[in-house]
Amino acid sequence: MLRYILQRALYALPLMLVIIVVMFTLLHLIPGDPVQALVGDYPVPPAYRQAIEEKYRLNDPFLTQVWNYVTAVVQGDFGYSYQNQRPVLSLILERAPRTILLASVGFAFAIPLGMAIGVITGTTRSSTTDKIWTTSALIAYAIPTFWLGQLLVMFFALRLGWFPTQGIGPLVSRAHGFDWILERGRYLALPALAFAIHEGMRFARIMRASVIDTLSQGYIITARSKGLTRGQIIRRHVLRNSSLPLVTVAGYAFGSALSGAVLLETVFTWPGLGLLMVDSIRLRDNLTVVGVVIFSAVAVVLMNLLVDILYAMLDPRIRTGG
Amino acid sequence: MTASQSRRPGLTERLLDVHNLKVHFQVSDRTIRAVDGVDFHVRPAECVGIVGESGSGKSTLVRAVSRLMPNLRINELSGDLRFEGRHILEMSERDLRALRRSHGFSMIFQDPLGYLNPTHRVGRQIAEALSPQGKGRPDGQRVHSLLQEVGFSDPKSVAHSFPHELSGGMRQRVMIAIALASDPKLLFADEPTTALDATVQLQVLQTLYRIHKERNMAVVIITHDLGVVAELCDRVYVMQTGKVVETADTVDLFERPKHSYSARLIELSAHRVDFRSAAP
Repeated sequence: MLRYILQRALYALPLMLVIIVVMFTLLHLIPGDPVQALVGDYPVPPAYRQAIEEKYRLNDPFLTQVWNYVTAVVQGDFGYSYQNQRPVLSLILERAPRTILLASVGFAFAIPLGMAIGVITGTTRSSTTDKIWTTSALIAYAIPTFWLGQLLVMFFALRLGWFPTQGIGPLVSRAHGFDWILERGRYLALPALAFAIHEGMRFARIMRASVIDTLSQGYIITARSKGLTRGQIIRRHVLRNSSLPLVTVAGYAFGSALSGAVLLETVFTWPGLGLLMVDSIRLRDNLTVVGVVIFSAVAVVLMNLLVDILYAMLDPRIRTGG
Repeated sequence: MTASQSRRPGLTERLLDVHNLKVHFQVSDRTIRAVDGVDFHVRPAECVGIVGESGSGKSTLVRAVSRLMPNLRINELSGDLRFEGRHILEMSERDLRALRRSHGFSMIFQDPLGYLNPTHRVGRQIAEALSPQGKGRPDGQRVHSLLQEVGFSDPKSVAHSFPHELSGGMRQRVMIAIALASDPKLLFADEPTTALDATVQLQVLQTLYRIHKERNMAVVIITHDLGVVAELCDRVYVMQTGKVVETADTVDLFERPKHSYSARLIELSAHRVDFRSAAP
């Protein structure tokens, strides 16, 4: 098992390297003169241009620049954000935990929700129960997250006043300990709920298909002939076996969620990576954009690694066969 | 055959009695009469063969009798089915589970890999059949003795294996062990050796035959291999397109087939292997 994990981790390394190189190349291909972008709408003095080009080694051969960038990134140097007047890495490290928090809480609710609906609909296939749940889930999934977010805000925040409309916390907080968590939780509730509903409905659809497939397997007939009850069969033989596809999908979805739920973060003004990304694109803060993209790519690769490991833990055939 | 007759509690007693069983499926807009008015019975401790080619309805027959129907649209499922005098089709799920859990009927299948859960260890799957409440220990004494009974000399390592780590023949033995866990009076074996190599087939059949004799357990073997029937079974039912076309004692069938279809089946099955004499 340990050998398997190390092997998978080793495969991930070159992939990350390629991602960094590709991202830098794309950055290089973006039209526009970086020196001009620094100066703004004003002719660049030749001396200044030369100074900048020397300072940032813009005239080095492309491959040298790639090498310098890669070694810098590996050492944790993602460059400097001129718009925010601070290193890109510190920006990312400030924003990432917020996005991870939102995604984690969202998934913590989305996965059980999706599994529950998937099992309910999959085991009662074609019944009225199935039709009601499946249709509701499809409608909920079809609602765009930003609109769903707005609906939640209108109802729970504006009409009922249970939750704040936006932001990550109050400007001034005097709460400590558990109260502080409760206070933050109120801000987290609505974006996490919108997230959980959307992802949960997607998981429900996958889980339903997987449950139906599992129920058609021979070992379910064996379980029935053992005299197991319906509940015992579902708990012991259906749940784990039909979770396998969900692990893949949820893992990948979580990986991409770490790059920030752009729309949700915008609706709720949740200052995570998604919002950082949108702002940086708007302000042409290219190094920050690339930094966020590399961070997200690494997150996706790491999640894939985690999915592989989880998969091997859930399915013994992969451990010995692969 | 005389040996098995003498051990029977009574020739007229019937463990399983089926009258006019009909199973019709709806496939798109056609009705498939998989089983169409079949009469058949099994006496205690008797071995009965059901032969017929693919699609003759023999698998559907035992699935219906054991109430393990596949997920198809069933148009009609009717008949007078009794196990020890109790009506199977009218039985509640609870009574049916009780019957499957102890002293009722069990079933083994053609493809043992698909019928074992790939994510559970063998020991756990047997323990589950011993105690569906989940209290059975996967490496307990009862699991080991069942594995020994089906011919494993190293039950500990088998109990600790996953199904994909075993060979086809070993998997089928595990299936038999699971089926025996409820101490059944009747075992349905649906093409138990079709998916196995010829040499392994022989071993599995030997095991099955030995257990049938040792436990005085009735066995219904479904097969298209008349060689299996000739060596194992006391009586045979020959099925064709959902109907029983002939029923006879095995010896009579081979010597004087009444129906032309039976005669052709016998003609076609050239090989006969004597596995009663060989030690399992």
